[in-house]
Parts: sequence; C-alpha cells; structure tokens
Amino acid sequence: MSQPILAAERLTVGYRSGRAAPKAVLADLTLRLNSGALVCLIGRNGAGKSTLMRTLAAVQKPLAGKVCVGAEDIHRLPISRLARLISVVLTERTQNSLLSVYEVAALGRLPYTDWTGRLSPHDQAMVAWALESVGALPLAERPISELSDGERQKVMIARALAQETPLIFLDEPTAFLDLPRRVEMMALLRRLAHATKRAVLLSTHDLDLALRSADRVWLLEGDGALHDGAPEDLVLNGAFARTFAAEGVAFEAASGTFKLCADVRGTLHVQGEGLRALWTRRALERVGFMVSDTPNGTPSLHVDGQGWHWQGVRYESVAALVAALTDSDAKSADLR
Amino acid sequence: MQSEANVWRTAPLASTSSLNPTPAAMLPRFGRQIGSLAALFGAVCAAFCLALAVGSVSVPLEDVLRALLGQTTSQPAFATIVTQFRMPRALTALLAGAALAVGGVQMQTLFRNPLTDPFVLGISSGASLGVALVVLAVGTTGASILVGIGLLGDFGLAAAASLGAALMLFIVLGFASRAQNSLTLLIVGLMLGYAVSALVSLLLYFSIPERIQAYVNWTFGSFGGVTWRQVPILVPLIGIGLLLSMALVKPLNALLLGESYAQSMGINLKRARIGIIFSTALLAGSVTAFCGPIGFLGIAVPHLSRMLIRTADHRWLLPTAMLIGALAALLADLIAQVPGRQIILPLNAITALIGAPVVVMIVMRQRRLRDTFSA
Repeated sequence: MSQPILAAERLTVGYRSGRAAPKAVLADLTLRLNSGALVCLIGRNGAGKSTLMRTLAAVQKPLAGKVCVGAEDIHRLPISRLARLISVVLTERTQNSLLSVYEVAALGRLPYTDWTGRLSPHDQAMVAWALESVGALPLAERPISELSDGERQKVMIARALAQETPLIFLDEPTAFLDLPRRVEMMALLRRLAHATKRAVLLSTHDLDLALRSADRVWLLEGDGALHDGAPEDLVLNGAFARTFAAEGVAFEAASGTFKLCADVRGTLHVQGEGLRALWTRRALERVGFMVSDTPNGTPSLHVDGQGWHWQGVRYESVAALVAALTDSDAKSADLR
Repeated sequence: MQSEANVWRTAPLASTSSLNPTPAAMLPRFGRQIGSLAALFGAVCAAFCLALAVGSVSVPLEDVLRALLGQTTSQPAFATIVTQFRMPRALTALLAGAALAVGGVQMQTLFRNPLTDPFVLGISSGASLGVALVVLAVGTTGASILVGIGLLGDFGLAAAASLGAALMLFIVLGFASRAQNSLTLLIVGLMLGYAVSALVSLLLYFSIPERIQAYVNWTFGSFGGVTWRQVPILVPLIGIGLLLSMALVKPLNALLLGESYAQSMGINLKRARIGIIFSTALLAGSVTAFCGPIGFLGIAVPHLSRMLIRTADHRWLLPTAMLIGALAALLADLIAQVPGRQIILPLNAITALIGAPVVVMIVMRQRRLRDTFSA
C-alpha cells in the first residue's frame, strides 16, 4: 500500500539571522509523507507554512532534527540528487512569450539530461505523458504567456510530473484561480497523487476544498503546534475551530464552513422543506438571526411553493422577507 | 455528492510504465531556427568580404580573394591593405560583435531584465579607469600622450584596460559568491560602475585638454586599433568566453523559469551565477580593452535574435546572437569608415544612431516585449 517516502524526525524549523539567537517557528515535529497521498498544509498567515515547506524541500536548513528520504538526510544531499526526489510548483508566475508549453514542461527533464539538455526519446515520452496527465497536451505549442492562470498552473504541475520525483510540493496552487478552477485543480492533484503514487504536499488557504480532498491535513495552530490527521478527525477534535477562532468568524463543525458572526438579531424557526427552506435559513444567518431547529417558543416563519409567510403577510422573495425582518426595530424587538 | 465523486473520477490516468512514443507532430520543429542560422552565416561571410574590400580605398573583390590566397594582386599595395590592415580589423569586429551579443544574452537571462547589457556589472567602467589612469595620470606634464602610451609599448592601453576590467571582475565575483539574489548583485554592479566612473571624472577634471582628448577618443570605440600582434591574445580570450557560455546553456535555460525553479531542478545557482558572470566579464572586458567601450550592440542584438528565431532556448539563441552580433559589428564598422573618404566616424555613434531606430521600429511592432521577461 502506501509507503512512507519522507520522514521528518524531531524537526525544528525557523530562521537564523546574523548573530541573534535563532528564531524557531515550529518545534519538535515528527512527520510522514506517504506515497499516493495528498496532504494539505493549512494554517493562518504567519503560522510557518512556507518555512516548513522550504525546510522539507531542503531550500532552508532546519534549526534541529532532520528530514529523511529513505535513509538519506535531504539536507546533506547534493542538489543534483535532490532534484530527482523533490519537484516544486511555486506561486511566482512564469510569463515568457518565447517559451512554449512543451518547452516549459520539458525543462522538468533537466536533472536527467546531459550538459546540452537534449531530450532522449524517453524524455520526450515523459514530457508528453506529463502534459497529457494534466490535460495540457492540446496546449503544447502555445506560448506560456498566453495561457489563463489555471492552464498555466497545470503546465507547471506537468513540469513537476516530468521531473519524475516521488515528492511534489506545491505552494498555494489554488491562489489566483476562480472557484471552478480551484475545485478542478484539487481534483487533478488528488487524482495525480493516487494514480502516480507520488506524495503531494500543498499549502492552501482553501479550507473547504482541503477538507473535501485531502487524504491528510497538517494543521498549524499558530502557537507552534502541528495537528496531523484525517481532515474529519481534525474537525471532530476541535483543532479547526481552535486554529481559526477569531473575532467575527467562527468555524462551524456541522457544515465544515466558516460563519460570519454578525450581531445576533434574534431567533427564528423556519417551517418548510427543500432548497427554499435551506437557503432561507442561510439568508437569516447571514443577516444575523439564530435559526432554531425546533419550533417551541420561538417565532416561526413558513416557506412553501407560494412564498414566504411571516406574521400573516406573504413575501415574494428572500430579499423582501429579509427587508421586512430587518426593517423596523419594533419588529426586531418582538423577536428577542 | 454524486457530482463531486464524478469530478474525482474523470479521465483515468495513463501510468508511466506504458509510455507511448511522442507523436512527431508534438515535438518542437526547428526549421525556422536552422534556416535563420544558415542565412545569417551567409550574411556574415558576405559582410566579412565586404569589410576587406571597402574602406578609404576600394579593393576589387577578386583582389581580396587573391590576397587571402597569398597570390599577387593587381596592385601590390592591395595585398598589404587587405592582409595587414583590414583582416585584423574585420576579424576584431566579428569577434567583438559576437562577444558583446552573447554577453548581453547572458546578463538579460541572469537578471531577467531586458535593459541589461554586458557592461551592467561595471566591467567597462573598470576598463575605463585603467585607460584613464594611463592616459590621464601617467607621464610628466606637457609630454605627448603618444609618448606616455609608447612607454608601455603596443599594448599600453589594452593592458591597462584589461587590468581595470579584471580588477572589476574579481570585485564583482566576490560579491556574486555572497549576494543573496541576482537583484542585489545587479544593484551592486550598478553602484560599482557609478563609483568607478566618478573616479574617472575626477581624473578628467585634473587633467590637461590634450590628454582628455586622447581619453575621449578611446571612448568612441574602434576595431582599427587591433593589429596582428594583438589578435593572438584577443582570439583565445573571446574563444574561452564563448565556449564557456555554450557550456552554460542548461543553467541559462533553467533560469528562464526563475532562480527558485532553476534550483529545484538541480542547478547550482551560485556556480551558475559565477560561470555566467565570469564568461560575460571575459567577453565584455576583452572587447573593451582592445576596442574601447562599444555600446548598444550588447543590449540590442539579444532582442533582435529572439525576435528572429522566436525561442528563448539558449541552444539556439546563443549561436544566433553570435552571428547577428558579428554581422552588426561588421556593418557598423563599414559605415563608420565612410567608404571612399579619408574620415573615420566614431564607432559608438554609428552603432547607436543606426541601431536605435531599427530596434525602436521592431519593438513597436512587437506586442508583448514585456512578456519575454517574467515580471
């Protein structure tokens, strides 16, 4: 089944700057990356996501501990060996009107070519396979600068695949992308991890997507702790809620999403079924009502095929209902 | 939920074990590049012959060929003119043009900046300082400048310029092995250049008019100062620089994606940076030492080359830049000599006056120059 590829033992990451004492960001981590697994690294800004990624990718030395692939400490490996173990996809955008998609993906073969960088038939087949795997084969001859952000990101992933490394690290691969592209990108990465038996580690701010697609989540709590587990376990044990507890925002375990905490206007019960009732509840929460599941004691409004019924008046739309509910202070006062 | 599960499942992935041969249609085709290189090679040969035939005295082409083959020419003077004066000059133009163009390509790739040229790290300023020290400061007051140079022999100016350029090279390399990134290095190079130019200004300020004139003459640039005695020095220097740059195609290509990506693909950044700087400094330094600070070619030729072959791949870009650089230098020198007249115009004025409008014209037609360099 899935083999551990990378192992970090008692790893402390942070910065050394001049003569000042080294500043540890995360301490004493013991981590595993398994083949065929998609791992999402999540944490608030400044929690140490990039420091950890840079250290695991051997771009930065650890303050203590070591990171091993097999029996070898990656921080002691020559850079040419490292290039056959770890490939990366960075956030910086590649814009070059003179580089074709094929040429960019082919650069992934650099660790395997001679000094001229000439591609053997095997190299060419690998590049074609990598482009096909991400669905970018039809783009092969296009200049990289003409692609959309999503297409370009796929090409950079193809380049990493062509590099034929057991580990692929991606720094916020879904940044810059619109929602459908984000879902597509995560689906692609998950599929690649499973099908090619690579270990894929990515950092992201997309909690919802990470929860739905990651095999494991590494959650940085911000105080130097790292929670490692299946995404659902981290929701259930409250790690998510603690990490993202902040004023005005709350993580709701029931839906796996964030809620804006507006000032509470009152409590309501919604009678009704289906999509209409669901979105009515969401609208009420959005404008600051608590929605109770049971009708006892709380004022109740009724949703059916004709519309929304509240205190004997029928409303044609959610907007009209919300306007009526939030319009007058007198009515709001009734609800408290 | 149903739809979501489908998303994960779309398009099964081929496994690496069943790699298909790449369809021929997908592989890059190099027809344009090969054609361009062949045409450029022909043009360089033609320009070289023209440079031997044309000048203050016109030599018929058949006499040029005879002189090259060592046969007697229709007028005995023709053989001397062609082999003793025009050959070294044309050879120098050829080498200098190629050297400056390749230096420009390397700096533009290393710094990912379309405005850099081979002199951006202050190499030519170092050479200027060497020359300024010899011309402006050495010798007693009132003595003829020619005496001052004569004391150092034939190689006086070139030697002084080489020393200056080499000194600058070592300073820049010292910074290159410490600098965190290339941008830091670029700023250091620019600052060094300003500082050294300031020293030259001071020397100029305290000098006498005749010497200032001699210094200014050097800054005009010329391929004419190189004799057969100096060619054996210039050829290996530029040869090594060009070979080194060809040996660096892989790091240069990797740098097209930026330093972080290059490093992740196994490129030793520090070594690559030092190699690129050393090669560029050798090329730019030796050209400046023997021909003066020749501007413009180093910044313009790389752009012309990319526009012609439409690829950033250095395996094609470097040879193309060499040929276009050689061609441009030969043509500029031809024009500077004003065929049929006794006057010789400053070479630097010609390269810029004729080259600048050409580049502006081409750049205005090109929609996406910025995209050529990652923002």
